[in-house]
Amino acid sequence: MSGIERIRKKIFSRSGLRAAVALLAFVVLWEIGSRSKQWLGITLPWVGKIPAPSTVLAVWAGLLGDVGYWQSWLMSLFRVLAGFSAAMLIGIPLGLLMAVSRTFHGITFPSLELLRPIPPLAWVPISIIFWPTQELSIAFVTFLGAFFTVVINVVGGARSIDSRYFQAAQAMGASQWDIFRRVVLPATLPSIVVGSSVGMGITWEVVVAAEMISGGGGSSASGGGLGFFIWNSYVGGSYEQIVVGMISIGIAGYACSEVLRRVGGYLTPWLQKR
Amino acid sequence: MNTAQANGAAPARNAPLTAGEIKVEHVDKSYGTGLFKKSVIQGCSLTIDRNKLTVMIGPSGCGKSTLIRLLAGFERPNGGTITMDGKPIIGPGKDRLVVFQESALFPWMSTYDNIMYGPRARGEDTPQSRKQAEFLLEKVGLTAFRQKYPPQLSGGMQRRAELARAMINNPEVMILDEPFRGLDAMSKELMWEYYAGLFEESRRTNFFVTTDIDEAIFLADRLIVMTNIPTRVRAVIDVDIPRPRRLASNFDDDRANQVKMQALSLLHEEAMKSFSGGSRAAADFVEAYSRRNAADSSPSAGKAS
Repeated sequence: MSGIERIRKKIFSRSGLRAAVALLAFVVLWEIGSRSKQWLGITLPWVGKIPAPSTVLAVWAGLLGDVGYWQSWLMSLFRVLAGFSAAMLIGIPLGLLMAVSRTFHGITFPSLELLRPIPPLAWVPISIIFWPTQELSIAFVTFLGAFFTVVINVVGGARSIDSRYFQAAQAMGASQWDIFRRVVLPATLPSIVVGSSVGMGITWEVVVAAEMISGGGGSSASGGGLGFFIWNSYVGGSYEQIVVGMISIGIAGYACSEVLRRVGGYLTPWLQKR
Repeated sequence: MNTAQANGAAPARNAPLTAGEIKVEHVDKSYGTGLFKKSVIQGCSLTIDRNKLTVMIGPSGCGKSTLIRLLAGFERPNGGTITMDGKPIIGPGKDRLVVFQESALFPWMSTYDNIMYGPRARGEDTPQSRKQAEFLLEKVGLTAFRQKYPPQLSGGMQRRAELARAMINNPEVMILDEPFRGLDAMSKELMWEYYAGLFEESRRTNFFVTTDIDEAIFLADRLIVMTNIPTRVRAVIDVDIPRPRRLASNFDDDRANQVKMQALSLLHEEAMKSFSGGSRAAADFVEAYSRRNAADSSPSAGKAS
């Protein structure tokens, strides 16, 4: 009840209305643009070739009952989660270790900085050669997308902790372990949250591209993830499906970021305003 | 200490506090080497008396905070000795706790968890320490704010929480580095009375560093005036104004005004030194200052007579 009330309030608030109007205007302009030949007699450059939102919606409605379409969702989501979790599981401890130990930082930083500028997609061929299955190589490339961002954010966050926190903790008799657990870790948490949400965005970019390049990995056309879904639609000449795939990725990415924001907010309650 | 905590409902009030005494002898501290060597403290000797509130005042940037880092044990002097009750200070310890210039409360912990940090860090999350935390929360007037995070507290509340966080560890010496800097004038004066009250109750050894002359005189038993950088003691003034002190009475107190004039003239002399000779701007500044001094002293002299 109160939840519905809150949602209603949100939608009919000034900013909610603004968002709705902007979104509607965007769709209307798009519709006019892509039907310009039919309606105005002139073909607008660029937008004139894009399928109209109404036809996209119609195709999308047809796809909603299609198992293959939903499998593409699951496939991509699974790959993103696999790569992302691996990046968090390896990246956070590595970053913390680099921040805590000068020696370890000295050993790992140069190679990390050398590998970091290489775009994840440049890793596709070598990872196809290196990993036994195509699934693993896609997951690996996805992992790389988030990994460096997470590490850099964790190191930066942990290294910029105010030295007075350490002095205060030390003076009050805290052990090294206690300082790590109750000062370093919570002080780095906001940076971890930021790093992971940026990393999540990159993972979606990377997974789609990797699926396009590698042919999706699935044996059938339906098992290849959203990236392959788009590519396949392009090859098959269904422009409406391309747009459906694109919007699907947008929604999936948004949902993932929203979940991360919620989790991040729950983990860092002191950053909330009153 | 343990028996004292165990036996009373109001441990902080009744506990026989073990108050320490710190002796600083011929201490030198400099940073950098060779041409870039910058001497910050030179030949500094002073005593922080047991059970007294010693206030140190000096021109800003004179090296007061450096001295605090030495006392706290975060850094070591290049020469001379610093001892507490005869034992040399070799590192940070809970017997000398520092309350920093700006709040160093952990923002990710509630007020209560911040206060309990010390006991928990030492594995003393006992009913006694929890009781003591409650007592201190009440004492600093933050019981209603126990679950709030520091960013949700006002500046004055943060300082009080930090005082409580230090006091629960029952330090033998409390060191405060300009703790009320940045508060607005009203809260600042409230905090003076508040802090003076806390001291008068416990008579713990307190070392308080400031640049504010009114703050210094209101709080101090002993006032140590420092020279400009490289710093050492310029003068020690005994502020023999009876306690408990109240702000309203302190402003009219002859002795307070007398100490203020004495300290101000010393401080101005030191402040002048930071302007190199031969500069016209510096000469103007000196002149303006001496005029202002003359104007300042006449009405208060009139009031005294």
